[in-house]
Amino acid sequence: MAALEEGFTLSGVPLGAGPHGLLGVEQSDKTDQFLVTDGGRTVILYKVSDQKPLGSWSVKQGQIITCPAVCNFQTGEYIVVHDNKVLRIWSNEDVNLDKVFKATLSAEINRIHSIQGTEPLVLFKKGAVRGLEALLAEPQQKIETVISDEEVIKWTKIFMVFRHPVLIFITEKHGNYFAYIQMFNSRTLSKYTLLLGQEEKSVIQSFSASVDQKFISLMSLSSDGCIYETLIPIHPSDPEKNQRVVRSLLLKTVVSGNARNGVALTVLDQDHLAVLGPPLPASKECLSIWNTKFQTLQTSKELPQGTSGQLWYYGENLFMLHGKFLTVVPYKCEVSSLAGALGKLKHSQDPGPQTVPHFVNWETSQGYGLQSSEHSKRILRRRKIEVSVQPPASKQLLSTIKKDSEKHIEVELCKFLAIKQTPDFHTVIGDIVLELLGRHKAEPSFYPRNSLMQLVQTHVLSYSLCPGLMEVALEKADVQMLQLCLQQFPDIPESVTCACLKIFLSINDDSLQEAEINMESVSDYSDSVQEEKMEEQTEILHNGFSPEENCDNCDRELNEKSRAAAEETTSCPVIPKRAALLNAILHSAYSEMFLLPHLKDIPAQHVTLFLQYLYFLYLKCSENATMTLPGLHPPTLNQIMDWICLLLDANFTVVVMIPEAKRLLLSLYKFVKSQICICSELNKIEVSFRELQKLSQEKNNRELYSIEVLELF
Amino acid sequence: MGEFKVHRVRFFNYVPSGIRCVAYNNQSNRLAVSRTDGTVEIYNLSANYFQEKFFPGHESRATEALCWAKGQRLFSAGLNGEIIEYDLQALNIKYAVDAFGGPIWSMAISPHGSQLLVGCEDGSLKLFQITLDKIQFERNFDRQKSRILSLSWHPSGTHVAAGSIDYISVFDVKSGSAVHKMLVDRQYMSVSKRKCIIWGVAFLSDGTVISVDSAGKVQFWDSATGTLVKNHLIANADVQSIAVSDQEDSFVVGTAEGTVFHFQLVSVTSNSSEKQWVRTKPFQHHTHDVRAVAHSPTALISGGTDTHLVIRPLMEKVEVKNYDAALRKITFPHRRLISCSKKRQLLLFQFAHHLELWRLGSTVATGKNGDTLPLSKDADHLLHLKTKGPENIICSCISPCGSWIAYSTTSRFFLYRLNYEHDNISLQRVSKMPAFLRSALQILFSEDSTKLFVASNQGSLHVIRLLEGSFKHLHTFQPQSGTVESMCLLAVSPDGNWLAASGTSAGVHVYNIKHLKLHCTVPSYNFPVTALAIAPNTNNLVIAHSDQQVFEYSIPDKQYTEWSRTIQKQGFHYLWLQRDTPITHISFHPKRPMHILLHDAYMFCIIDKSLPLPNDKTLLYNPLPPTNESDVIRRRTAHAFKISKIYKPLLFMDLLDERTLVAVERPLDDIIAQLPPPIKKKKFGT
Repeated sequence: MAALEEGFTLSGVPLGAGPHGLLGVEQSDKTDQFLVTDGGRTVILYKVSDQKPLGSWSVKQGQIITCPAVCNFQTGEYIVVHDNKVLRIWSNEDVNLDKVFKATLSAEINRIHSIQGTEPLVLFKKGAVRGLEALLAEPQQKIETVISDEEVIKWTKIFMVFRHPVLIFITEKHGNYFAYIQMFNSRTLSKYTLLLGQEEKSVIQSFSASVDQKFISLMSLSSDGCIYETLIPIHPSDPEKNQRVVRSLLLKTVVSGNARNGVALTVLDQDHLAVLGPPLPASKECLSIWNTKFQTLQTSKELPQGTSGQLWYYGENLFMLHGKFLTVVPYKCEVSSLAGALGKLKHSQDPGPQTVPHFVNWETSQGYGLQSSEHSKRILRRRKIEVSVQPPASKQLLSTIKKDSEKHIEVELCKFLAIKQTPDFHTVIGDIVLELLGRHKAEPSFYPRNSLMQLVQTHVLSYSLCPGLMEVALEKADVQMLQLCLQQFPDIPESVTCACLKIFLSINDDSLQEAEINMESVSDYSDSVQEEKMEEQTEILHNGFSPEENCDNCDRELNEKSRAAAEETTSCPVIPKRAALLNAILHSAYSEMFLLPHLKDIPAQHVTLFLQYLYFLYLKCSENATMTLPGLHPPTLNQIMDWICLLLDANFTVVVMIPEAKRLLLSLYKFVKSQICICSELNKIEVSFRELQKLSQEKNNRELYSIEVLELF
Repeated sequence: MGEFKVHRVRFFNYVPSGIRCVAYNNQSNRLAVSRTDGTVEIYNLSANYFQEKFFPGHESRATEALCWAKGQRLFSAGLNGEIIEYDLQALNIKYAVDAFGGPIWSMAISPHGSQLLVGCEDGSLKLFQITLDKIQFERNFDRQKSRILSLSWHPSGTHVAAGSIDYISVFDVKSGSAVHKMLVDRQYMSVSKRKCIIWGVAFLSDGTVISVDSAGKVQFWDSATGTLVKNHLIANADVQSIAVSDQEDSFVVGTAEGTVFHFQLVSVTSNSSEKQWVRTKPFQHHTHDVRAVAHSPTALISGGTDTHLVIRPLMEKVEVKNYDAALRKITFPHRRLISCSKKRQLLLFQFAHHLELWRLGSTVATGKNGDTLPLSKDADHLLHLKTKGPENIICSCISPCGSWIAYSTTSRFFLYRLNYEHDNISLQRVSKMPAFLRSALQILFSEDSTKLFVASNQGSLHVIRLLEGSFKHLHTFQPQSGTVESMCLLAVSPDGNWLAASGTSAGVHVYNIKHLKLHCTVPSYNFPVTALAIAPNTNNLVIAHSDQQVFEYSIPDKQYTEWSRTIQKQGFHYLWLQRDTPITHISFHPKRPMHILLHDAYMFCIIDKSLPLPNDKTLLYNPLPPTNESDVIRRRTAHAFKISKIYKPLLFMDLLDERTLVAVERPLDDIIAQLPPPIKKKKFGT
């Protein structure tokens, strides 16, 4: 449930003296510190939690800051532009802006964008974009003109998409709006014309945008008070062509249509927007949070002293100019659920990670309930257990599950989970799941998917606590649930893992696209182009070993072919959602002996597909020196290798007969061979190191006797 | 505190023997450990794991099994085919009985403690009746085809499980016949090994038999049906040992890879009475084979070829954070193996079967703190004295003047006279030892080397006057009537008037040598004495106990000294009490009567009684030399305990003269280098 907390004012000088309010609020390289650029001549560094300024810098009389100061996250320095063309770069220690580094550029700057993970990017008024480093190397370089003469940049924003910056800027020309997407990994600029739809006459007053895997979702607040959403693809199908994108109504009349002052909006998360402006023509200005999923107003806050119509959002704080002072309103949004949106959920529980006890105590469940209190008396170090046979709350919930509707159960469950956890929490959760599944068995139409998902996400369940859950999910081909279970359960039997694998491989792409799948283990492999690729080191002769020599002659013949094949495989053979599911399989624990017989049942074309995917991952792995994949939770090289071996062990006779697998097998054979070589080399090195160690030990041993001086103080 | 020249000696080439068996006794909280050379050691787990007793080894007596029987009786059996009972009071072997079945591989005491079963090389199982003072052969069980390597009684005493090669047999005790024979799979990682050796079995009260074998398996069998119930493959090498807790809710196994696994009986689901064995925790405290494990109520105990005895507390069973909560690794014996002749700067090293005499080198150079001085003369190996016979040396001593060496084995006492002529040494054995001088637990020479004190087992103390090349028996102090406790530690006052002797539990006795009578007895303390010494001039007796307490007792006044009372009142620094090795040697500075030198395996300390005692807030150990602080601050922060941790593991430390110390170290790496290589685990590839 989204909520605004009590706001506070950042003390200091009154701001917003300039005609356009503040120029900007930007993050600095330290959390909780923000650079505030006043419209006049001042830049102030605030520490928000302390509510006080840490530093303040001003330009000389006569100069005027034209673009908000930003922090260079790579160096920790601050950058500001004054008089459109002059760059100033300084650090915390500098006092006088007049004496710091200065660079005068040949064109006027619109804005500097800085974001974690990349160098600052400078956007010129004529639409050209440069990296800061390149600019500083040659400040007077010629800057090309990208946009036409009468176009004016209205709004800009930068995103990181797969570790590469993407810049979007909106221009206006005679009431027509254009969006430009500048990709930096591919250096492509795509232009889109924003079609306003029926509301042709309206003027767009404010923009905000968020990004997901494929689209930039551009929100615009029009003068009619409605919010429209425009989806702009990140990877354009044809960058050369001028494309059109249509905007669609997202929220109706969130602010009064003819607001005098500016209105502003900003995207908070997937489902939430913050809007600044008067809700009714006569009313005072308000900060309101809207839920776009349910089209509901979540909360709002009146700002009687008026604002400048500007709104910034960083981390958990909303910044705005309230009266003459910068006001910070902390914003919290916990996981939203239907119950929460309806306002029924009072305290939803924090889904943060469980605090794991210092050592695993295998006896807690034993000590609980069954064994008498003398047992627990002896164990003083263990936390005192509140001994009650079954907390009444869980009992109540169990009876609810027996008869009530799905929705009601969900609500009750949320309530139950919000209570603090007892030591036997995991067993209670297990019982709840079993009860839910029991009812599902009795009436097959009852499938409380959301409740089950929520229970699985408590991190305390395991397969053995609720053996039926995965079977049901398998039956329903509920891949999302299966993925979640694979991620959460430590003890899934190999047969079930294999059944999951079968479903993941056989389910068709269309139904996959619909499923909501956690994609964190997959990163976009396609854009990590060869730049990181290691040089192919086939030429180097190792100690007594040359990879080329060891390869058979026939292999060399096939070299050309397989190289072509390798190039083929650089594109992922499965769609990202399937890849995410397969990665969950790769992460799961198993024992070879029990897994092998089940792997034999997988149809041959699926085996080939999986092998292709694994081989693709392997190639991706070997592209960088650390042999890891990009992403948050990628499969490790060992997991990939183990699964390749397992699949081949189980299905070798089948795979060998499939013509399309032949090329794959050959390349697999080759890389296994190279792996063996590496291992044998490593073993050789290990032995050498041990000898070295022995030698150094002997050296120490020689000093068997010495006379030393010792002074005791 | 002063500057010393330290002879840093690392040529004491001592390698402890590997641990073969451990046996835990719940009643007395004691642990018996047998080593591959036949030595048996008794650790008192209640007294900070102090090694309070030991029985010297014997070349032909490889112990394969060790058991406690009812009434704190300790039995061992070994490859020489004998069953041995140890006398824990007199510290000798009570008797040995040949089982007539060839080498004995396994032994188990019946749950009621009245019967003893051994498994022999020829496949026979022999049942003995334990009588009050002996064991009596009762009968044979049905003979098996191959040697019986492991045995376990059912807690009711009606059945016995016996592990052999490739199979486990279950016997009915009454009839002595095999009820079931359970064949063990030889397959190991789908490769057929030649044989599968059952290294250990455990019989639970519900009829489950747990076996561990050379194929790396832990298997659960149903003894009623003779079927395999469950199989855990836990290692790529042999699983060599198993021990079950008394409650039968957890057990521990040790593997040849040095890993110890803990298994626990855990409920399958909540509120269900169905439980199953789950492998819960692996521990890797060893580098080599874990030959033996034991399970005390609060800890897992393991030992093996790498010679360490590891006591790993089960954290959930430990009630308060104290000594018991810490992992213990015991490597070195808690007694002295080194004696030193101050006058001639000689060191006598005691090994299992020989003695080495070394002369320390010298230097003329001087230097500042931390310098290594150039040697003008290196240390010399003067003598290598091999014992005759298969018995290990119990104790040895060199006289302060350097002209006498005495040592003892279990059955013989040896005294040698050394003559020094320039660089030549001649050794002359003093023959015709009196009959009563057969076996000594501790030997000590008086400061002027004219008297020899010998603590024999049975509790008597002999005083012998040494003459040029011969000796004269002066007196024997007989133990107090009724006690047979042996004296393990001796100390004599430098003026030769007083002799202090201590056993393992009773107090310290002080004898007047002039009048040859018992002078007084220091009140006994709960914890065993680990070191004793009498200070010059004052004749204060300093006693260190295994709980790290140090007492000072004035012999002339027959009472604790003022300083001792003060420190007892204030208490020792908590870090001092948390040290985990006992003090093994105490000595004094000849010119500074206020100083006491003592050391354990990881530090040595000079206690300056004139300085204030540290309290818990003071820094006990400050390795850094004081910076240029004023003398006032230095004096204010100075306290009585000056600790140095430079030399470790420290086996011996003593003052040679006012400005010279000798420190004998035994680096662990040197010991590891002499052990057989551990099982090689490939780091890369498979």
